[in-house]
Parts: sequence; structure tokens; C-alpha cells
Amino acid sequence: MSDTSTEYDSDIEAAIRANHPALITYITAGDPSLEDTEAYVEALDRGGSDLIELGLPFSEPIAEGQTIQAAINRALAAGTTPEGFFELVEDLEIEAPLLVMTYYNMILQYGGSEAPRASEEASGQRPRAKPDVRPFVERAAEAGLSGIIVPDLPAEEADPLRDACDDNGLDLIFIIAPTTEGERLDAIMSRVSGFAYVQARLGTTGARANVSGATHDSLARLSKYDVPKAVGFGVSEGDHAAEIIEAGADGVIVGSALIDIIASSDDPSDAVDALEAKAAELKRGARRGAETLTDDPEDTPEPEQP
Amino acid sequence: MSTERERDDEYESGGGTFGDYGGQYVPEALMPALQELEDAYERYVLENEDGFMDEFRERMRDFGGRPTPLQRADRLSERYDREIYLKREDLLHGGAHKLNNALGQVLLAKYMGKERIIAETGAGQHGTATAMAAAHLDMPCEIYMGRTDVNRQRPNVYRMRMNGAEVNPVEAGSATLKEAINETMRDWATTVERTHYVIGSVVGPHPFPQMVRDFQAVIGEEIRDQIQAKAGRLPDSVVACAGGGSNTMGTFHAFVPDEGVDLYAVEAGGSSLEIDEEEGMAPNSATLSTGTDGVLHGAMTKLLQAGDGQIVESHSVSAGLDYAGVGPELSHLVDIGRVTPANVDDDDALNGFHRLSRLEGIIPALESSHALGYLEEEYETLGDLVVVNVSGRGDKDLETVLEETEKRDLEAAPEIEVFDG
Repeated sequence: MSDTSTEYDSDIEAAIRANHPALITYITAGDPSLEDTEAYVEALDRGGSDLIELGLPFSEPIAEGQTIQAAINRALAAGTTPEGFFELVEDLEIEAPLLVMTYYNMILQYGGSEAPRASEEASGQRPRAKPDVRPFVERAAEAGLSGIIVPDLPAEEADPLRDACDDNGLDLIFIIAPTTEGERLDAIMSRVSGFAYVQARLGTTGARANVSGATHDSLARLSKYDVPKAVGFGVSEGDHAAEIIEAGADGVIVGSALIDIIASSDDPSDAVDALEAKAAELKRGARRGAETLTDDPEDTPEPEQP
Repeated sequence: MSTERERDDEYESGGGTFGDYGGQYVPEALMPALQELEDAYERYVLENEDGFMDEFRERMRDFGGRPTPLQRADRLSERYDREIYLKREDLLHGGAHKLNNALGQVLLAKYMGKERIIAETGAGQHGTATAMAAAHLDMPCEIYMGRTDVNRQRPNVYRMRMNGAEVNPVEAGSATLKEAINETMRDWATTVERTHYVIGSVVGPHPFPQMVRDFQAVIGEEIRDQIQAKAGRLPDSVVACAGGGSNTMGTFHAFVPDEGVDLYAVEAGGSSLEIDEEEGMAPNSATLSTGTDGVLHGAMTKLLQAGDGQIVESHSVSAGLDYAGVGPELSHLVDIGRVTPANVDDDDALNGFHRLSRLEGIIPALESSHALGYLEEEYETLGDLVVVNVSGRGDKDLETVLEETEKRDLEAAPEIEVFDG
């Protein structure tokens, strides 16, 4: 795992810039069990992931499509808890920095009146204080996470979490939708750190057969901001990754296509090799896109590697 | 409708918050749509641009059947030895207060140039009202409804389809209102540029809680005028059932500044007020009474949730109250002591249903039956002049009532089995 230091310094931005074009992979923690997730994350790391998003499951995932919703349901049925999630993060031995993707209520409720210790099971009801983002962020930093992404937290409501992340050296990643323009875009980009998550199309997450034209428009709108841009929502194959990098992205984000592999494995351990192979395919695709860019003098490539 | 009264905006700050509650917690793709809706709400609803509110009120009168009566309930008054009045929202077109909001929002969507209407529904009353409003205003309409609710509210499914709406059953989770809202939000996130989502209660991200309340506030405004005309004064208490809270806020809003009027929000106590965290279930929907603060479906409000933040499945014999959240404004009014949260269990609600049916010849919705159950339990504390909002009629609930009554030994129930066939 990457170090966490009290001084703000983006492991995530560094990882994306150093490994350009970057592959960012997502799976849901606890699907189908936390033990399997550990093996899967390590396989994604070996396969060439430059950054790994790990979903902390929430019962009402309104931004997700059916694939990730099903993964979340499996993880919750397996008894995945926030504390189990953090312990998994502490156990992982990987190169890539890790970020947690979860919904705002999970962040608000963590710890209740006092943060539970690792050994403390969710037994009985604690007296509940007003919701507070800090116990979650502090625990995330302690566990070794590098950033947080919250699909139901727009920039307008994010100042408490932004402050807590700054104080704990964590990046806060925001999603840029095809509908995000003008002043809103400026407002979000002034709060983002690590990278901008570019939503390839309207709708929810889920693997699609092709890359949307909205991706090109979004990347064009974002070109003036000096933050890495990674594109997700619908990316499932090496060719998509190539196309997205060719369109000017610094990275591609893949989730549902990996979860499809997990969901279709008869034995959970069968998925490990397939996940590693899929990550490698996606990374190769991304590299191919970058090569096409540098081969064509008409196109100006996105930021040079540091 | 009352003369222009000063709105009590003391607790409404900018950005649609009520004290600690409200806000906009939605995926980024929806934020521009909320901004667009907020602008339209301010222009058309608050400022009556292009005569929007005039058209809305005219349509509510001619299509909707407003004003609805405030009826003195003679036998209930005799039973409880005090003056009991019923606000007859069951007599509104479609059979529930839901039309006030649905017609307002569909008309607003039309003014905004949207091409398509989507909505979620629990008991089907909001879906029915939306389907009727969409047919009336010639807009295509799709309704999401949990599979469990499709099965227990079939008459409303038929009515929606009769009015030309597509009904999409949702299979996830407990397949009730919470899941239907999730699915409608997903549809909206995909089609937001041309679609308006008609949220069915005073829940969701700003401006919905405030806007829906304003469309529903006509209930309380009428009660205020009608009770003064009939009884010569304001009531001592106003009682309304609360699920998401749209009829509750609609009934209470005009009375919030009147400190002498006690406001009771009656929730579904279900079979127990305890939460089973192991099973992720609350056998009740008593969010104001037992919930804790958190974020669900776009707003900070009181929720039924487990200690780690997972939303639990709620329960009520009434599909229309079966929801793990509640409107943020109600959460705030409860916190500051202006609204008293209360609850009655499934049995008392069913008794309320049978009692009103037999004593007054009014078959109330199971939602409203909770308010009537509370009246029976607590009338001695409610003062001499009490208004109960009958938020809807109970035709849609007959199958549920027959089935649930047969299982129980209910004091107010008639002999159900004698009319079996």
C-alpha cells in the first residue's frame, strides 16, 4: 500500500501521471466474500491496474446499473460491513493506490457517537450522534486508502468531506457528467483532487458495446483544467480503452465488465486469473490508444509523462 | 383558498434546507436538472409567471374537484364527545390528495418543455394521479412500482394503464416504494434532458420537498377557511397520517404559524417499533418516531437505518406508508417540537378503517386509517375541536383489508367471512 502522510500529496494523481495511460479498475468489496475480494484486488494489481476503486456496499445504490447493484446485493448478503472493508484494505499487498467508492450515508454513519475499533462487531445499538464525516475519513486514511469517491455527493454539498479529506491527506474525486457545464464545471473542478472522473454517458454504470460521443464532448470541455481525466461508465474492452485514450483521456475506468467475470464464475477462485487477464487486456488497449496518439502529429497528446 | 398569508419562512434557508435537513444529494448528472427545476419552480409556482398558478388552480377546480369538503363527522363527534371534522381529500378526483401534486408537476413539466413524465408509486395513488394528470395534459408517462405493491394494489395498476401509462414492475429488494424510487432515479439519470420525474411526496432533493408541499398546501388552506366558517375558530388539533409526508405537510403547512393548533403526524407502527438489524428489517414505517438522521434519495432527513448506515426494509399494512424515509421539513418540525410524531400499529389502523366505514359511510384509505386509529386512542388529549385529514379513499385497499382482517381478531371489524362469494 501507499504511504499516508499528514501532508497533502496526491498518490492518485502521481500514479495516473506516472503510468499514463492509466487503467483504473473497480470491484465491490465483499462480492462474493471479503476473502475473494482480497485475491481479486491483488489479481487486478498484477494485471496492470494503476489505481483500484473498491466499492463499500450501500443498500440503495442509485447511480449504479444492474451489474453493480447485483454485486452490492451479494456483498451485503455476505455480511460486508464498513469495518470488515477497512480490515481488508489493511491486509492488501498491492502496488496500486486504492480508493473507496461509496454512498454518502455510509460515510455519515460510520462510527456513530464514537468510532468502533477493528474488533468491535456491529452488535447492538450505539447511542447515535449527529452524522459526521470525520470518523470515516480518519479510518480510511489509517487503513491506507488514498482517496474517496461518492456518487451521490455533488460538489455543492461536499465541503465538509473536502475539508476532512484535506486534513487527512486523501483525494476527493468528483464525477463530471455529460450534463456538467459552465459554472458548475468550474465549481467542481476547483474542488476535485486526484483526477476527474468523466462519466462517458448519461445513465448508470454498466458495460456497453461502444464508446459514447458524449465522451469526446466532455473531454473537450475539460481540456483547460490541469487535472488528470479518466473516463468510466460503459468501458468493457481493450478497444474501448484505446478509443478513450485516443480521445484525450489520461485513464480509463472499468467496473461492470470485471464484475461480470466475478458473477459468471462457478467457483469464486476461478475468477482470479480471468480478472488479471482482463486487466492486462484493458491496459494493452489503453497503451494502443496512446501509441495511436503519438503516431499522429495532427493530434496534440494529453499531458506528457512527468 | 385563503387570502395571502405570510409564509413562515423562518426555518427555510437557501438551498432548500430545513434546519439540518434537506439539500441535494444526487448523482452529478441530475444536478443541472434540479437547477432547471428550481428556476422553473421559482418563476412559475412562486411568481405565477405566464399565469401558471392561475391555470393550476383552475384545473384543480374543474378537473380535480377542489375545494374538497370539510365535513362534520356526526357519529364520531358523538362517540368522542367533541367536535370531529374530516377533510375529505378522498373526494378529490382519483380518490386521494395525490392529484394536487401530480397535476402541479405535470403542468410544470409542460411549461418547462419536457417531453416525458416518469414517477414512482407505492400504493399506486401517486401513480394513478400522475397517469391521470399526464393523460389530461397529453404527456407520455411511465410509472415504476415495486412488484410487491403491484400485487397488493392491482386496482390502481389497472387504473394507471387505463389512463395510458406504462407500469414497470421493480423486482429488487422488498420490491416496494424504496426500490421503485431507486429505479425511477436511474431512469431519470439516463433521460434527464427531456424527462421530468414527478416525485410523489415531500421527499427527495431540493426543490421537491418545498415544491410538493406548496402544491399540497391547498389542503390546509382550505381547512383553515372552512373550519372558521363552520366552527368559528381554528381547531385545537389537526391529525394527518405520515408516510413520505405529502398529505401531512399539505395539511399542516397553513397551521405551522398557529402555535395554538397542535399538529399530529401519525405513522405506521406496523407490528413492532423495533429494528431487526440482523435481518435488515423494521416491521414498521415510523421514521419520525424512531428514525435517525442520514441521507436517502437525495435529502438529509430521518431514516430507518441500521447502525452502519444500511437502509432497512420498512413495513406497513398500508403500502402508501411503507417507506424508510420521510420529508426533511417534517423531520425539522418534529425536532423543533412543532409537530408531534405518533404511530399506531397495523391492528389499530385496520380498526380505524372499519370504524369509519361503519359509522360514517366513508371507506378510508389504509393510510388515512392510521390517523383515525390515533383519534380513537388519543381523542382525550386532542382538545374540543379536531380535524382529521382523510387523505384518500380505501377502494384500492379492499383486498388487503379482507385478507388482513381475516387473520386477526379485530374489535371494529364486521363478519368478513359471511360475504365470501
